[in-house]
Amino acid sequence: MGNEEAVFFSRVLTELTLSFHIIYATIGVGIPLMIMIAQWIGIKKKDDHYILLARRWARGYVITVAVGVVTGTAIGLQLSLLWPNFMELAGNIIALPLFMETFAFFFEAIFLGIYLYTWDRFENQKKHLLLLVPVALGSAFSAVFISIVNAFMNAPQGFDIADGQLININPLLAMFNPAMPTKVTHVLATAYMTCAFVLASIGAYRLLKGSNHMYHKKALFLTMKLGFLFSITTALLGDFSGKYLAEYQPEKLAAAEWHFETEEGAPLILYGVLKDGEVKYAIKIPYALSILAHISPYTEVTGLDQFPKDEIPPLYIHYLFDIMVTIGMLLIFLALLYCVGIWLKWRFVLSKWFNWLIVLGGPLSIIAIETGWWLTEVGRQPWILRGFMKTAEAATTSDHVDTMLLLFSGLYLVLGIGSIVVLSRMFHKNTVEQELADQGLEKAGDSL
Amino acid sequence: MNLEIIGISVLWIFLFGYIMIASIDFGAGFFNAYSTLRGKQQILTKIIHRYLSPVWEVTNVFLVFFFVGIVGFFPKTAYFYGTTLLVPVSIAVILLAIRGAYYAFTTYGGLKHKRYVYLYGLTGLFIPASLSIVLTISEGGFVTMEESGPVLHYWTLFTSPLTWSIVLLSITAVLYISAVFLTWYSHKAKDSSATNLMRTYALVWAMPAILTATGIIVELRSHNPQHYERIMDLWWLFSLSSLLFIGTVYLIWKRKNYGIAFGLLTGQFILAFFAYGISHYPYLLYPFLSIYDSFTSVSMAVALIIAFIAGLGLLIPSLYLLLHLFLFNKDYVEGKRKDYA
Repeated sequence: MGNEEAVFFSRVLTELTLSFHIIYATIGVGIPLMIMIAQWIGIKKKDDHYILLARRWARGYVITVAVGVVTGTAIGLQLSLLWPNFMELAGNIIALPLFMETFAFFFEAIFLGIYLYTWDRFENQKKHLLLLVPVALGSAFSAVFISIVNAFMNAPQGFDIADGQLININPLLAMFNPAMPTKVTHVLATAYMTCAFVLASIGAYRLLKGSNHMYHKKALFLTMKLGFLFSITTALLGDFSGKYLAEYQPEKLAAAEWHFETEEGAPLILYGVLKDGEVKYAIKIPYALSILAHISPYTEVTGLDQFPKDEIPPLYIHYLFDIMVTIGMLLIFLALLYCVGIWLKWRFVLSKWFNWLIVLGGPLSIIAIETGWWLTEVGRQPWILRGFMKTAEAATTSDHVDTMLLLFSGLYLVLGIGSIVVLSRMFHKNTVEQELADQGLEKAGDSL
Repeated sequence: MNLEIIGISVLWIFLFGYIMIASIDFGAGFFNAYSTLRGKQQILTKIIHRYLSPVWEVTNVFLVFFFVGIVGFFPKTAYFYGTTLLVPVSIAVILLAIRGAYYAFTTYGGLKHKRYVYLYGLTGLFIPASLSIVLTISEGGFVTMEESGPVLHYWTLFTSPLTWSIVLLSITAVLYISAVFLTWYSHKAKDSSATNLMRTYALVWAMPAILTATGIIVELRSHNPQHYERIMDLWWLFSLSSLLFIGTVYLIWKRKNYGIAFGLLTGQFILAFFAYGISHYPYLLYPFLSIYDSFTSVSMAVALIIAFIAGLGLLIPSLYLLLHLFLFNKDYVEGKRKDYA
């Protein structure tokens, strides 16, 4: 296998692993907080519906965590197996957050085991809830540390290179790089947002499929409120991300926005297609790109004309950007409409078609997560470490990457199908109504 | 003591932790499958699940900790081992993934079929076998430096008696460690039929474990004489380890103090594992990579060690709590508590 092929297959395998892992990782980061909120409300309101909600979410959560753990192990090792040159360099500079991530994850793993197996052990339920705090913190910090490594790949700092040697390595400076604040917060907020909409989607689906139980209505209202909160946060952070890009990675912003020529008062291009180098059918919002990039509508935004041709990311990332932002906006609107609708007793938010829209919100938010990661990863190309190492220089020289790609594709297929089958069987067999009756849970309010 | 030694010691301790708890896990899966095959699953399955359920996730983290740590402390290993280990480690990862996920699917998801039990049992033997290849490669003689970078020679590797000795040792050690631990655990759970069965397995696997371990030292004599010399210099550590082995077997044979027997076994493996590690010094990959020429910068090493100490401050109390609530909780071990979500 030539080196070009090794690079190609390494890229495909990494992309596949990340695309698969990120679904489970996102759920893994967000769900503990949702469980915590539900259990807390249950204890406060003395409402068994919320307690059961937390309990059932926790049971499903274990399955997703298991897949997240093993695919996380896979990507952790693949970084060294597929990108040995990059990891040798990265190991010297950004090993600290990678190392701390294992601690955060360790912490989460220990307390998740404890939390799951002590549901009825304590008289005081608050003690049990307390055991979930390290799980939520551990998973959030795992995300923080890993996002820091990714931020470093986008805005490397904390070292110098003299005569091909790394000198003046400062691990903390490398961690607190300019990309870090927006990257970390955006990852966290979108994880919570996605989990809220995925759980809302499940609730809405149950309501559509015949169950009219108060339990599902409470679940839906709670998760839609959380979804609204976190999607607004995400939008705000997205705006900050734009400002970060304009300052530190202008080529990524310019490629994502199809901003070819440097100009003042730049318009924002939404949608459209690129034909023979020309943008067609696009919506142009005057001054919007200048506002996104630098707050003021008249400032100059750097275009792709300022960069050498071989350092420009692929232009198709614009479509990824469009998909991500459109889904984000739709979900904010949907959640807002639902929450206001419940508050003002609008009938249509309880209708079938509206519930179907909420069901759609779950898969859509996952698609937004995927396109977001593709956008940021492809948007960094041709670099693996921006300005220092190109992706093509980083890959392995091993001959067997294509075979490994086949093996891992098989693995993800098995895990994907397995987890879906197991999750759906788990909740179909043991319905909410049945479980409420079995456990004699009656303390529950009749209103939202 | 210099930073290099501190770094490798930290990693070696975690690798030891992984070997012990993963062995218990892998062996348990195998014994469970074997007893199912023989129609005796009712004896072992419950005991094994009771032990594994709250801790299985923790096992994996020890491994992650080791490979993240080694890239941190010795970044050059990413280049040498990363390039050469693509196939064996990918296979191990795939097996680990199937094993981990299907454990969760069957335990928490109610997926019940005998074929998963067998799958789970077999991966428990294949994973240590494929991971142990890394130790074999580290002895040198299987990797050469080509123009494109380091290349692993599979033919030499798979025709070497050393490779197969180490594979055999990994399997026998897994079964022996696991059997001794589960004898103790079943005894604590007051389950006499499981105790008897596991005791028999422990005695059965004791001799193969010690024989394969001795076999490797003999193999090294011709494969890597320099390493063999260094092992001979440490003969007293290996002898001490053998004494502890005899102690474990004696106690198990006499059916008393299973807890102490497991303690002695831990001591035996600590001594042997660290004696092996010391004799391997200073090489990470003979003769290309030593802990000195692959070490990270001082600032990174200090940062990692500080993070490590802070991390341990969090982990040790948490691990204690985990063991206190499950492994050392009488009601839980005896199966009197059903508190699962």
